[in-house]
Amino acid sequence: MTVRKNQASLTAAEKRAFVDAVLELKRTGRYDAFVTTHNAFIMSDTDNGDRVGHRSPSFLPWHRRFLIQFEQALQEIDPAVALPYWDWTVDRTVASSLWAPDFLGGTGRARDGQVAEGPFAVSGGRWPVTVTVDGRGFLRRALGSGVPQLPTRSEVDSVLAMPTYDTAPWNSASDGFRNHLEGWRGVNLHNRVHVWVGGQMATGASPNDPVFWMHHAFIDRLWAQWQARHPRSTYLPAARTRNVVGLHDVMRPWNDVTPADMLDHTRYYTYDTMA
Amino acid sequence: MPQLTRRHALGAAAATALTGLALGGLAQTAGATSDPGATGHEHPDVHAGHGGPQPFSETFQGRRIEGAPSHGDAHHGGYAVRIDGEELHVMRNADSTWVSVVNHYETFTTPRAVARAAVIELQGARLVPLA
Repeated sequence: MTVRKNQASLTAAEKRAFVDAVLELKRTGRYDAFVTTHNAFIMSDTDNGDRVGHRSPSFLPWHRRFLIQFEQALQEIDPAVALPYWDWTVDRTVASSLWAPDFLGGTGRARDGQVAEGPFAVSGGRWPVTVTVDGRGFLRRALGSGVPQLPTRSEVDSVLAMPTYDTAPWNSASDGFRNHLEGWRGVNLHNRVHVWVGGQMATGASPNDPVFWMHHAFIDRLWAQWQARHPRSTYLPAARTRNVVGLHDVMRPWNDVTPADMLDHTRYYTYDTMA
Repeated sequence: MPQLTRRHALGAAAATALTGLALGGLAQTAGATSDPGATGHEHPDVHAGHGGPQPFSETFQGRRIEGAPSHGDAHHGGYAVRIDGEELHVMRNADSTWVSVVNHYETFTTPRAVARAAVIELQGARLVPLA
């Protein structure tokens, strides 16, 4: 069974295995297909039209399925690999081991934002950025530049306390847990982390940065924690709703999976701890 | 009240669905809105009550940025933004704020602000043409 661990607790060997599997996915071209899919959904999910991956109730089950697919691709290369999660309420500075050269590398240099250290630096020749909105073929970051502070634990707790999963109009204007976790309203959790990292993470092509997966694994874990705190609450809307994925509607691009299928993550993986 | 011209009426028709949703979320998200280079002076871009931002064209940090209403694609909020002639994919949120594909996780009050933020983010790089 796959166990997703806090990135801060990984051994050196576990970090190396994760990085190597990601680099191998990149080499074969499969990695960039994930970037392309994400960017296509980002650009087509609209508040007043069809919306599946973002700004909608299915933000959480869509990304859960997306991460499972990515994790399975990694496991085809190395069955021992699982997605780590990044608890940005704890590891909240550029000095975190997450950003060390033996893992993701650090922030970008001042001149052009280029990440110049670590396995994903363009100089290593193994991380060309090709699916991008501009011509720059290297990984960029500006940690803490777009917004100074990552969300705090108390801000996370304030969102986990919200008992209603989502509300009409089921988009970026909604009240409820999903939209506050996504960050279009309120203290802003998920969106703010993308902005804090900067570089490609702030764009529609955000999976170009491998931290995307660790950020979303933590968001996914927060969904599971919310379920544990609110056992009488569930995914909404339950009924068919225009432009929105209801509990039993299939989600693009897979067309064979519904939010209901994604509610219990333990069918696919567990977390090292849920506390 | 601004005088209702024919162009405004067309814009208002296109934006009716948006403005109906817009009012509720505006106050809550204002605090989280980041808007580099833009202040209260941006107000003339937006005609309150119609929701349709005005065209703009200026040089910002050495780049030509332009915006204008567009009826080609509702996904763009009925508005197109270009940087040095290349289209920047922009999107209007339900609360009438804007995002672009270059700054997709933070909101801006006007298309001009979203264009300026993209220029800063691009650091001179060219936009890749939209597929």
